[in-house]
Amino acid sequence: MTDHELMWRIAGGSGDGIASTSQNFAKALMRAGLHVFTHRHYPSRIRGGHTYTEVRADSEPVRSRGDGFNCLLALGDSFARNPKEGAYYGDEEVKPLAENLDELNDGGVIVYDTGLLDAEDIPNFEERIEENDWHVYPINLREIARDHGREVMRNTAGVGATAALLGIDLQYFEDLMAESMPEEILEPNKEILHYTHDMVQEEFEFTHDLRVPEGSHDEEQVLLSGSDTIAYGAIDEGCRFIAGYPMTPWTEVFTIMSQALPEVGGISEQVEDEIAAAALALGASHAGVKAMSGSSGGGFALMSEPLGLAEMSETPVVLVEAMRAGPSTGLPTKPEQADLEHVLYTSQGDSNRVVLAPGTVAEAYEQSRLAFQLAYGYNIPAILLYDQKIGGELMNVPASHFDREPNPDLGAVTTEAELQDAPHGPGGKFHRYRYDAEDGVSPRSIPGQKDGHFLVTGNEHNPAGHIDEDPTNRVTQVERRASKLDAIREFLDDQGTQTHMGPDEADYGLITFGSQQGTVAEAVDRLNDAGHSVKGIGVSDMMPYPVEEMTEFLESVDEALVVEMNSSGQFRGLTQKELGRFGGKLSSLLKYNGEPFEPAEIVAGFEASIEGQDVPEQQTTYVPAAGD
Amino acid sequence: MSAFSAIGEEREIDREEFTPTLEPQATWCPGCGDFGVLKALKQAMPEIGRNPDEVLLVTGIGCSGKLNSYFECYGYHSIHGRSLPIARAAKLANPELEVIAAGGDGDGYGIGGNHFMHTARENHDMTYIVFDNEIFGLTKGQTSPTSPKGHKSKTQPHGSAKDPIRPLSLALTSGASYVARTAAVNPNQAKEILVEAMQHDGFAHVDFLTQCPTWNKDARQYVPYTDINDSDDYDFDPTNKTEAQAMASEAEQSLYEGEVLTGRFYVDADRPSYQEEKQAIGEMPEEPLAERYFDDDYEWERTHDMLLDRHK
Ligand SMILES: Cc1ncc(C[n+]2csc(CCOP(=O)(O)OP(=O)(O)O)c2C)c(N)n1
Ligand code: SF4
Repeated sequence: MTDHELMWRIAGGSGDGIASTSQNFAKALMRAGLHVFTHRHYPSRIRGGHTYTEVRADSEPVRSRGDGFNCLLALGDSFARNPKEGAYYGDEEVKPLAENLDELNDGGVIVYDTGLLDAEDIPNFEERIEENDWHVYPINLREIARDHGREVMRNTAGVGATAALLGIDLQYFEDLMAESMPEEILEPNKEILHYTHDMVQEEFEFTHDLRVPEGSHDEEQVLLSGSDTIAYGAIDEGCRFIAGYPMTPWTEVFTIMSQALPEVGGISEQVEDEIAAAALALGASHAGVKAMSGSSGGGFALMSEPLGLAEMSETPVVLVEAMRAGPSTGLPTKPEQADLEHVLYTSQGDSNRVVLAPGTVAEAYEQSRLAFQLAYGYNIPAILLYDQKIGGELMNVPASHFDREPNPDLGAVTTEAELQDAPHGPGGKFHRYRYDAEDGVSPRSIPGQKDGHFLVTGNEHNPAGHIDEDPTNRVTQVERRASKLDAIREFLDDQGTQTHMGPDEADYGLITFGSQQGTVAEAVDRLNDAGHSVKGIGVSDMMPYPVEEMTEFLESVDEALVVEMNSSGQFRGLTQKELGRFGGKLSSLLKYNGEPFEPAEIVAGFEASIEGQDVPEQQTTYVPAAGD
Repeated sequence: MSAFSAIGEEREIDREEFTPTLEPQATWCPGCGDFGVLKALKQAMPEIGRNPDEVLLVTGIGCSGKLNSYFECYGYHSIHGRSLPIARAAKLANPELEVIAAGGDGDGYGIGGNHFMHTARENHDMTYIVFDNEIFGLTKGQTSPTSPKGHKSKTQPHGSAKDPIRPLSLALTSGASYVARTAAVNPNQAKEILVEAMQHDGFAHVDFLTQCPTWNKDARQYVPYTDINDSDDYDFDPTNKTEAQAMASEAEQSLYEGEVLTGRFYVDADRPSYQEEKQAIGEMPEEPLAERYFDDDYEWERTHDMLLDRHK
């Protein structure tokens, strides 16, 4: 973070093009040489209702949303307009302006559409402007858009206006528009962009200091979301089959895959429910294709039985779980990290599965690939656990990050030549589930392979796959399946999947998992700058858990604060369970109001935890160490 | 050489090949109708000219689900009600496999009812055999979706208040392109129908009446059946959907009234299979996907070349 960061928020109604406008804005800034990061907020409503996206841009890498924001573009909510007297959504008209003021920083810039928003509806607006030293630019964006094109183009007018105020070269926007718009709408949009830009420059006297920072990249960047990188990781790892059923926010991955797979000769199936979806992925995988499925909490709950079958039958499969705030349908469009225990332990019996939780958009690509490598290399289900935040946020990543070889390797399978020498039971049944397999991994044959037929069953079975309840067989098979997790642990240790932050030696630790990693990283830096001695770790391996690495980390600090987005401290609980100690060293900073942490909240929470102060925002909760 | 050389291998298939040399632990009761399905399928299998390594038999849970313990071929004894989604994905992954799914009436019309409807609708090229004994066997005799109205069981002590599911009508309206009913008491007809069903290009549903002498002594499945296709009394055209529907609903009614009507109810040889439909719109490759993973010369695309431009 530098002092010259831009935190631009565009607000309006759902369906008003907020997402696409902000995406282009972020891309324009990335092309201008900046590092960008977006944070999306939207209601579970298709048209209307307050929604915003924040674009944070800086010359230094940005890893998180910022603390509040410093520039607001408030468009009208076209679906809240002209409400009938007493209409249900009648008081929403002014929301894109009113709702955002609480988080606008001192000295911030406001541009709003006077064509649709009446600032007089906001109580004490003038006083607040003065108090916070805001710089306000009321512009009739609606009228400009109408006069030069169509009313829906007021987004473009808004972008032109902020570009003028912040000093952004219009060429970046023009190029992006030219790449995505058909000729008929490109021309009026360009005109609106320029008209508003020039008009603002001419008619307003700029009272604010905020200007877009300058920056440059050493290499080409791309702007992607976590949903993009998960899908791309899967494709690069040779996944050519997906089955799913829509549920926010998993739908994003499903959509990207459904559009990409037919182009590479893959298959996507939207099916009747999530049980079917997971079962289809198992069927395709069994028949020799790299396959995935996924859902969000409630849909994943339905998958728990096929998941157990995958474990018992050792059918490789990758499931993605996109967390949103629960229980039940919860907050459908808001992030939370409260499905951790659900994915670790759902389904009957002892769990033999891999659970990985990527910490950033870039990491999600690697871990999506890793999930396939582990699933197919060890014939085990692997779950990629992420949340609505990572799924929907955009971040710039060097394009070279994706410049890697595809890996279609099907993992632990036999060839027909190997099948000839492999042990077979009476009747010619291949011994698919051998007791003496290295690392517990007994290779599978694929239907259609000569001399490879065997029986898969969800019941306990003997080496040929026949149902077998003999106690010795049971113990041998249970132990063999479990031993794969030890082998996977070793493999993951070599990969170095956890992310360490801050100095090697420090008095205090910040621990987190999944999507809060970037925010914690920023908090670690700020705390050290402020004179604290803090290091951090973002953990991505949920199962098998990195016992050694975490033991070392915790032994090296006096105290540690676990940061996670849920109310029960699930990751802290997992850490204590896996390590069997450190209960007295671990305290929790929790947030579960539907919004991810801001770095300042972690800084404040940390200070509270070591100095015994109150956590300032009632939105976050501090839970002291056990025994305190 | 193909990675799946069992597929299409031309040779004389020995009847005994599908039969385990070592009988697995017999877990069906003496006199169970499931033996009738086993016998008919074992006779039918060699006739379609596929060898054990190119057949995938997916079952659900229940006494019926244990069918593949008695079979030599690729087998997948899955979970209650889910044989169809597993089977149809395997078929999409490798359309050259002979895919058969099987399970009980509880499995197929109860817990898996949704999948049944949708698999029929999609018209996957596969065979689905439902062991219809009008009872839950493995869980010890509870009422099933095909148990007649009024049927008493331990969990419905006052008799079922529900009308039974009409599986043939359901298959027909859902879109199955081959619908038949046969009975364990007639292995010859059963074999013939199974051969036809497996040779049919599309979703072939066979409601297979089986008896459960342990829990369901009242069911009509023991009664001599009438083969509607051979009977002058039931002259109808099974390629005409309206006539087929009328015949199917008559058979469904008469089953509970004492007359067991079996045979082919509907045959639509023209409807394209799901695979063909998907290939036609460019959503499925012509070559089996599964083959590709064994083809060293195949050029695997990567997102860096294909998709990254749009993010720049
Ligand atoms: C999800 C789930 N619910 C319930 C069961 C228990 N169960 C096993 S078999 C069965 C009924 C099987 O009846 P049917 O499909 O008619 O087959 P049959 O045993 O008569 O051949 C049930 C309810 C289960 N295994 N899984
Ligand atoms: S309980 Fe009924 S269906 Fe099950 S094996 Fe015995 S007779 Fe057959």
